[in-house]
Formats: sequence, structure tokens, C-alpha cells
Amino acid sequence: MASVPSKLYSDDVSLVVVLLDTNPFLWTATATATTFTFPEFLAHVLSFLNSIILLNQLNQVVVIATGLNSCDYIFDSSAPSKVEPFESARMPLLYSRVLRRLEDFLGSDERSERSNGAAAAAAPSSLLSGSLSLALCYIQRVFRSGALHPQPRILCLQGSPDGPEQYVAVMNAIFSAQRSMVPIDSCVIGAQHSAFLQQASYITGGVYLKPPMLDGLFQYLSTIFATDLHSRSFLQLPKPVGVDFRASCFCHKKTIDMGYICSVCLSIFCKHHKKCSTCGSVFGQANPEAAAAATDRKRKAPEV
Amino acid sequence: MDPRFNVAEKRQLNGEEEEEEEDDENNMEAWERAYADERSWESLQEDESGLLRAIDSNALHHAQYRRRLRSLSTVSTATRIQKGLIRYLYVVIDFSRAASETDFKPSRMAVAAKHVEAFIREFFDQNPLSHIALITIRDGVAQCLTDLGGSPDSHIKALMGKLGCSGDSSLQNALDLVHGYLNQIPSYGHREVLILYSALSTCDPGDIMETIQKCKNSKIRCSVVGLSAEIYICRHLCQETGGTYTVAMDEAHMKELLLEHAPPPPAIAEFAVSNLIKMGFPQRAAEGVVSICSCHKEAKVGGGYTCPRCKARVCELPTECQICGLTLVSSPHLARSYHHLFPITPFNDVSPTLPNSHKLPRACFGCQQPLIQSGNKPGLRVACPNCNQHFCLDCDIYIHESLHNCPGCESQRNSKPVTGE
Repeated sequence: MASVPSKLYSDDVSLVVVLLDTNPFLWTATATATTFTFPEFLAHVLSFLNSIILLNQLNQVVVIATGLNSCDYIFDSSAPSKVEPFESARMPLLYSRVLRRLEDFLGSDERSERSNGAAAAAAPSSLLSGSLSLALCYIQRVFRSGALHPQPRILCLQGSPDGPEQYVAVMNAIFSAQRSMVPIDSCVIGAQHSAFLQQASYITGGVYLKPPMLDGLFQYLSTIFATDLHSRSFLQLPKPVGVDFRASCFCHKKTIDMGYICSVCLSIFCKHHKKCSTCGSVFGQANPEAAAAATDRKRKAPEV
Repeated sequence: MDPRFNVAEKRQLNGEEEEEEEDDENNMEAWERAYADERSWESLQEDESGLLRAIDSNALHHAQYRRRLRSLSTVSTATRIQKGLIRYLYVVIDFSRAASETDFKPSRMAVAAKHVEAFIREFFDQNPLSHIALITIRDGVAQCLTDLGGSPDSHIKALMGKLGCSGDSSLQNALDLVHGYLNQIPSYGHREVLILYSALSTCDPGDIMETIQKCKNSKIRCSVVGLSAEIYICRHLCQETGGTYTVAMDEAHMKELLLEHAPPPPAIAEFAVSNLIKMGFPQRAAEGVVSICSCHKEAKVGGGYTCPRCKARVCELPTECQICGLTLVSSPHLARSYHHLFPITPFNDVSPTLPNSHKLPRACFGCQQPLIQSGNKPGLRVACPNCNQHFCLDCDIYIHESLHNCPGCESQRNSKPVTGE
């Protein structure tokens, strides 16, 4: 943390942790469907990051890349800047640093994909749970740094579809963010709405937006997501959409109004069963053996 | 000299004497009390060469936490005990004469009430499907302050409105009352009592051993947090019913002991029969619709949820429908409990004296805090056994106590930890 005179911190100083979706499958898909490409997207995002830093001299920006096989820190505006190579002086410092680190990251992400083989290709979702966890760890460090710290928030620029296997981890991260009062804003750049991010923004009190026109992304970002938490109460921001909190049953993946919950492992079923298919407990009778074997088996994450 | 002046002076002197006498009642001068209250010597420690040093409280705190974590994880992995996720907990607070003692500042009663409030909030955060009720003991009589319910605010409001202590304490009366209530709850629920006991005695109308046996037969798990000293009857009660008995040394310790009861305890399989529970997942009503809610009996605009069975309106989840009795939850409430079922493995200490310690990561994987101490030596750190990433001690605590995700494992696709194993 840069040490600054403490009295300068007021309630409109923000720390924005931006989670950047770098899923190559997403960007090849959007590039063929629309004319919006990854370089264009980056151009919008970089100007947005620059404008946040310009809004207040104490504002801080951290960028975390959400890759297909890994997540990593790309940029931290509070990190001491090293001596830059001479030729990059034409570009603003932020741009060159972000671009260089991003290139490194994409390279290593691709390498780890090759070593993993085709496993990832089957699941074109990026690792949102990982980057959310990293962001929350970073924010905890800022909280620890003293009584006066910038107001943190997380902005997810996500386009990949939700990965059902990440459900429990993403929910854990959302609840932890809620407990430490960190709002998660989400800007969905993909084709479909993201149920994870809808819940994340709803539960933590952030803004959820799926811009209808990606060509004007910078305008959406700067009008909606650049405002600090204090000023938000004065603005007409997109209203929280109705989030469907109904659960889907584990047996048929149907969304249900009423269902049965296993008292041991909290699995959801739409009909009455004799035995729990996930934990193996037998219902309605005392059977300690079956119950003892309960948590042995791994359970699939539910899709909501 | 004016004799009246003398008298006045004398009176003043007397007054000072009286004040001194008051001080003598505590047997301490003001400067002595400062030492007695702060216990400044406790933060010092002798090192190997006999020199006094301040205790490194950070490392100590972390060591304590690690011990707790390890003891928890060995219990849960060794014997595969399931967790009681649906709990019915009666919190019994002793507001007898003994609670007015001032060894906790300002009084045991005020401190107990403050920490019970924190406990209730933490409890519902960790057990969204559970219920709490409050009971107070005053004048030898146990009184039900609130009925079993899932709303933290109503409990806290009732507790704070009814502070005051008098009379004797009666463990038996409290247990009898709780037993009567807990016998009615469904068999899948875990029946628990948590008693904050200040008194050093119990004035009972009958044989307390019979009551303890009754609780044992009804499978009620009784735990006691003592505020004064250990007493045999509490130890006996906890041993018989499978609870834990702890005695608080000071305020911080008491808070810690109370919060230990917030995570779901390992459940004994025969205690609660596994069962399917019928639950409703109500949808949020459209904004701007006026309707009368069934919980407050008031007309409200917008918000609220509609019970899928009887279409009654309730204000918040989770709750039980007032009209048809259906348990109403939303899917995040269920998800909030999942981390108890799939805990993440404790991280391993990394010894800084490894042969190639200069090759260790230089920053915490989670928060990027440098892990290098002054002099280019690797600092204290821990590593996840699954993904081998290194974390600082603060992240370690945050990850295990609040986040319940390992950032390293979540940032890898193939080596995702097999949850719950």
C-alpha cells in the first residue's frame, strides 16, 4: 500500500478490482458472431481503468485475469513502478504494463492448457471462482492495512458461460464478500445472462448489467461502474433484476417451487425418495450405518 | 483562627478519608489497579537467554488458530462424522445475582448479553436453516424470552429489552423448561442447549440427576460456558449429554468460547434420524404490488415472497409459513451450508530453512503480500497441500474461516480438489 497522508482518505476513494475474462473460446465466438474483438474490448477497458485512476488521485485499480486454466494478477496501480524500457514512453505507463503482463499470462495459460490436454476444451467456462477468491484475499489485505483504506469493490467483466462445477466455490466467495460488505458489480459481455453473477450482484448489493451494444462498452463502464460507492446513492443506476432464487432438483434438474431436502446433506429432490442419491442416507428410519457412510461420496454441484 | 473554618476543613479532611476508605475496599491504590486491570506482565515472555521480550502476538494468535483447525479437521476426517446442519438451539442465560458481579467489565450480565448478540448473528450466518430460542434464569425460575425462530433481530431485541439480574440460579428449572420445548421438534433436527452460567451453585426444586438423565434420553446436547469457576454439576451435565464444558478466563476468551458453538457440531448418527424435509422455494413478488404480509400483518408495497403452497406473503427468508407451516428457503440459504460439508484441507507450515528456500515464491498467492522478511529471508508462510501455492498467515485464516475456497486450487482446472475428501 502506498503510504499517503491519512486525512486525504474520504468516502469516495475507491479500490476497484477488475476481473478480466480472457477465455479464448469466448473471444473467438464473439469475433465471428459480431465485430467486437478482444483488442477492441481491451481498448475500452484500458481507457476505463485510466479514467478511474484519474477520477481521484488516491483511487486504486487492480486487474486480475480470469483464464481458462489459471488466474493471476495483471496490474496493481499501488505497486511501485519499476524503471520502464525507453520505447514504451510513447504509451501511457498503465497500458504498457497491463498489455505486457496480459501477454505473459495468456502465454502461460495456453501452455498449461496444452499440458492439460483436451480437458479444458470440453468446458469453455473460465475460472470465475478462482479470480473472485484472489480478489477477496487482496481486499482483505487492504482491510488489514489500517482503519483508513479505500472503499473496495469488485467488477467482473465476464463473458464465458457459468461452470456448474464452480457453483459451491462461487457461492462461498459471494457470501464472504457479503460478510465483508464488498459489492460485486458485473458487466456481462457474453451472449447469455450469467446466473452466478446475477446472484452475486443481488446478494452483495452490486450492479448487474448486460450491455445491449458492446460497441459502446466504454460508455456503459464509465457511466455505471466508475462511480464510487458513496455517490451511487445519488444516481439512477440499473435496478436489480429479479433473481430467480428457486432451486433445481438434483434428480431431474427441473426448477421447482416445492421440494424435499435431505436433512443430512441438503440435496434437493422433487419427489419423495426412499434413499438419498447423493449421500446414501435412508429416510424415515434410524439406520446409523447408512448415515455414517453419508459424506463419503463426492457430490455434484447443483445447478441453479 | 475562625473555628468554623476549622470545622469545614475537618469535614473536608473527613471526606478525603472516606474516599480513601472506599479505595481501601478494593484494597488497591489507583496506580495499583491500573496494573491489575491491564495485566501488562502477561504480554511478556522469557526467551532462551532469560531476557524479557514482548510476545509476538501475531504468531501466537496464528499458532492458536492452527491448533484449533487441526483438532477440528482430525475429528472430522478420522471418523467421518456428519454435521448437524439443521439445529434447534436454546440459549440459556443465567441472570441470577451472580451475573451482577463486576469481574467482567461493566458486569457479567452486560458482557454476556453483548456476546450473545454477536453469537446469534454468527450462528444464523453459519446455520441459515437453524432456529434459536432464548431462555433466562432469574430468581430461581427459568423464563422463555423468545420462542424458536430464525430471525436474529427479534431475538436480540427481546434480549436487550430485558436486562437485569436478581435471585438465585436453577439449572434444573432451565433444563426442565428446555426439555419440554425440545421434545416437540421434529426428529431430523439436532436438539441443543447452550448455557451461560454465572452462578457457583444451583437451587433446584428436585433431583437434578433425573433431569440430566431425561435430557440424555431425549438426545439433547447440553453445553455450558461458565463465567466464574468450574463446577461439578455442569461438567457432569455436559459429559452425560455429549456437550462441551468450558470456563471463560476473560472477556476475549469468553467470546471465543461462545463463537466455538456457532459452527455445526459433529452429529452423532443415532441422535437425529435422516429424513426428507418438505421445503418451499418462494419467488420474490413483483415490485410495486401491495399486499398484506402474514408475519407482521401489515400492508406492504413490493418486495416479500409468496409461499408456493398457500400463497401467503412473507417478508423475509428463511422462515416458516405462518399459514401452512411450510419451511420457506431460497437456494443461497442451502448453498451457505455447503462449506460445512466440504471443508478445505488445512494448509501445511513451510519451514523457512529448506535447502533451496531462495526459490520459494516471494509473495502470497492470495493477496500478493511479500513473503520476504528483511534481509531477504523467507518469512512465515503456509502451503496448500493440493495446489502447493504459498499463502501468508492472514490469508490462511481468512481462507479457512470466511472464504472456504482455496484460491490456488480454484485457479487451476485439473487439480481441482476433490471436495469433501
